[in-house]
Amino acid sequence: MASRYLKLLTKPLNDENPITVQVLGICSALAVTVQLKPAIVMALSVTIVTGFSNLIIASIRNTIPPRIRIIVQLVVIATLVILVDQVLKAYMYDVSKKLSVFVGLIITNCILMGRLEAFAMANKPWDSFIDGIGNGIGYGMILIILGFFRELLGSGTLFGYRVIPESLYAAGYINNGLMILPPMALITVGVIIWIQRSINRKLIEK
Amino acid sequence: MENLFDLFVRNVFLENMIFAYFLGMCSYLAVSKTVKTATGLGIAVLFVLTITVPVNYLIDNYLLKKGALHWLGESFANVDLGYLSFLLFIAVIAAMVQLIEMVVEKFFPALYNALGIFLPLIAVNCAILGGSLFMQEREYGSVVEATVYGLGAGTGWALAIMVLAAIREKTRYSQIPAPLKGLGIAFIMTGLLAIAFMGFMGIKL
Repeated sequence: MASRYLKLLTKPLNDENPITVQVLGICSALAVTVQLKPAIVMALSVTIVTGFSNLIIASIRNTIPPRIRIIVQLVVIATLVILVDQVLKAYMYDVSKKLSVFVGLIITNCILMGRLEAFAMANKPWDSFIDGIGNGIGYGMILIILGFFRELLGSGTLFGYRVIPESLYAAGYINNGLMILPPMALITVGVIIWIQRSINRKLIEK
Repeated sequence: MENLFDLFVRNVFLENMIFAYFLGMCSYLAVSKTVKTATGLGIAVLFVLTITVPVNYLIDNYLLKKGALHWLGESFANVDLGYLSFLLFIAVIAAMVQLIEMVVEKFFPALYNALGIFLPLIAVNCAILGGSLFMQEREYGSVVEATVYGLGAGTGWALAIMVLAAIREKTRYSQIPAPLKGLGIAFIMTGLLAIAFMGFMGIKL
């Protein structure tokens, strides 16, 4: 039993990573990773929403008429996202401002619909919950890697604190301003995919 | 008039949905393998954005915003339903996509066949909801402005996906390192395209 749950939880981390393998949820992943802090908040929010939307949809999956399932799924997701949005606005206003429309866009984050369609509609609630959390973590992992490198190389800080010593700047080191700009996020993901597939060769596309 | 043209060009090139905001990335990368399907999806997105943005604009301004319910009477003047916007916007988008699907199927069967599965899938394309949310955030002044914004954003998205599809078709036989093939190189090419699009930045219209 335990190993089955562990498998559900760890599969989305590497072999079925939502971003680098399933190509789900790219939009938000790239836009919120300029700094580490919003990336972590976003990762947490998405993990919570995927987990609970999977749980709710899986518990009512037998009563949803197939023809209107997309609307039902969207309503469940939208309700959870409104909750997350209100909590963020109340307790972390500055981060919520930085994430701007991307909290709302969790609704259309394809990870959610993708996992609901592919997993929650056909599996038991508890399994689905684990799957949702696993996919949230797999997504969050890439977000945190991206946020780490983009903030470190782009602004020389982590969580807003300076980590690259002054002496290095004095010696002529310059922050790579390109890392903060949107295009480098795409290229960084490309490089992450490259590294991941060099290690895990069965993911290579023919 | 000049203002509207400015808005249109700004949203096609300067604030391109794909290259500046990464909206609709998932379908952008998944459907850009051939130019034909990419064109179909691009036109469908253009279509849906041009219709849903003004509709959501009306909903936002006459139902949701603080004081928007003023037309119902004095006692409603202070009602703020803003927190419902996600729910209503996505419902409008899902309904509109369904409606457009039925209309296109009835009156333009050729276009319907060309678009196929992409039409219903647009409901969950982030570019569509993103368009409505940006419209809300930027507080456009009139329905006309909102429509032009929708049109511009849609055109930008359609152009972007056609460009990437054309490049991907060309690079099919290129010698790319095996682990980079497919998705990896598509990401990097999009990144390079985005850098090129940044050249439009700073243009004053």
